[in-house]
Amino acid sequence: MSSAFAVGAYGLVAILALLLGANAKDGLFAAHAYVAAVIASGFALWTLKRLDFSSSAKAVTAGGPSTTVEAEGYMDGVVRAGAIATVFWGIAGFLVGVVIAAQLAWPALNLEYSFTNFGRLRPLHTSAVIFAFGGNALLCTSFYVVQRTCRARLAFGNLAWFVFWGYQVFIVLAATGYLMGVTQSKEYAEPEWYVDLWLTVVWVAYLLVFMGTLIKRKEPHIYVANWFYLAFIVTVAMLHIVNNLAIPVDLLGSKSYPIFAGVQDALVQWWYGHNAVGFFLTAGFLGMMYYFVPKQANRPVYSYRLSIVHFWALIFLYIWAGPHHLHYTALPDWAQTLGMVFSIMLWMPSWGGMINGLMTLSGAWDKLRTDPILRMMVMSLAFYGMSTFEGPLMSIKSVNGLSHYTDWTIGHVHSGALGWVGMVSFGAIYYLVPKLWNRERLYSIVYVNWHLWLATLGIVIYAAAMWVSGITQGLMWREYDEQGFLVNSFAESISAMYPFYVARMFGGLLYLAGGLLMAFNIYKTIRGDLREERAMGAPVAAAAAE
Amino acid sequence: MDFDYQTLRTAADSWGLLYLFIMFILACAFAFRPGSKARYKDAAQIPLKED
Repeated sequence: MSSAFAVGAYGLVAILALLLGANAKDGLFAAHAYVAAVIASGFALWTLKRLDFSSSAKAVTAGGPSTTVEAEGYMDGVVRAGAIATVFWGIAGFLVGVVIAAQLAWPALNLEYSFTNFGRLRPLHTSAVIFAFGGNALLCTSFYVVQRTCRARLAFGNLAWFVFWGYQVFIVLAATGYLMGVTQSKEYAEPEWYVDLWLTVVWVAYLLVFMGTLIKRKEPHIYVANWFYLAFIVTVAMLHIVNNLAIPVDLLGSKSYPIFAGVQDALVQWWYGHNAVGFFLTAGFLGMMYYFVPKQANRPVYSYRLSIVHFWALIFLYIWAGPHHLHYTALPDWAQTLGMVFSIMLWMPSWGGMINGLMTLSGAWDKLRTDPILRMMVMSLAFYGMSTFEGPLMSIKSVNGLSHYTDWTIGHVHSGALGWVGMVSFGAIYYLVPKLWNRERLYSIVYVNWHLWLATLGIVIYAAAMWVSGITQGLMWREYDEQGFLVNSFAESISAMYPFYVARMFGGLLYLAGGLLMAFNIYKTIRGDLREERAMGAPVAAAAAE
Repeated sequence: MDFDYQTLRTAADSWGLLYLFIMFILACAFAFRPGSKARYKDAAQIPLKED
């Protein structure tokens, strides 16, 4: 009985983790070992509870590979779990974002307590929204899309469940580590060596499931969405491994040192950092876009040829753009210029994707009147177009001299992340949930519309506040008097930011409110409730008929 | 042959660049090969085939 074996294995892992904790060289490693022990015991108990002692043929669903492998049809359980995880981590990440935005406006909110310090909560926010919310959205939609477009069930049975739970364990270890102060101080790659190793194992399993499904496909052609998802999975594996090459001080300790040093380390970090944007937040979500926009609009993609050309252009260009994070540093000038030139060229493939997505609606623009989910996806593409225009602009050295290290960068990231990544994920979740739980439609279409406008207004306020504050900072920092002295002290530029920081927090609050409305809507939809409401716009109500 | 900074850098901005550029042109040319239009028309329908 494989599930009984699983209980034993989880138990063994729990004991091993306890042993590691008892022999740890530092308290942080011990704490993480105990967290792992608690998680493993939880899995053991959960599997034990679901053990069926009456007949060995009916083993558990998620613990024992023996039964589910033979099951017919698509494997949607893991997609359902991923959809719930996406909503959950989304709310958590947005909430921490609002908290740290408030801390910047009112520093007293740091509470003079190390666990609630801005420096620890900030990576918690970035990782929660990028890797927990965005990552789960990519996991669950990629598992859904690859099955539908290949007309094949996910490969390797319950390995997909391992990927899902393994990824959640990674998130919990990373998040608890940030709060305790475990960090290797690399932006978007803060987790220490042992958490990185765990993510590598999970990611290889993810690649196996995805590739395996592609290989056993019944559809002869590999649909373009899968190309983007595969590029995302493969490239993130490469980036993750190279950027996290480090030597632990002790195999039972939490501290490690990167094998690169100085400007080499900085270049590797930003090669990783910018391609995390390019392949995690762009290629992956373009994969999502290439499936869900045609589905929601019920039309094929505008130009399949364009999708291939802009795919390859994106792949060939993005990987070189990283050095624009290191303008006017010790990095050789030619490398800075190379990064800038490739960033500017990236404008074309980015807009190729945006145009392809938007033009998919050509001849069906009227659907925007009645379908707020489609509206959300179009808004997402609009923000994608805007932030991929702004990005190349900011990578130009002379513009960067004004914008870098200021809030303009923060505003740029958020119009891309809240606008493009967030909105396309919301759209996909709204599309998926009624399908996955076999509901006639969402609990409320009107709430989707409210979510759309709360989020949009939130982003607009956020981005506008950051433009003003960023350019103000940039100008204040470089202002000299006639004798060549700096006019403003750094503290003066900080106090000038106060109104914009309050506005930013308010924008984030609106975005969070939209997220909460989504969580409520999704909860009610899963329960099977239907809100009585009049169809939007014309009486035809395209959205309700979906 | 020792792989110092200058060797790698020179390889990257000459043959490396040429190689990647040709690969990219080939990938694009492949998308425009004769007969691709009809094939891509079918491929674009893949997501709409089933629910």
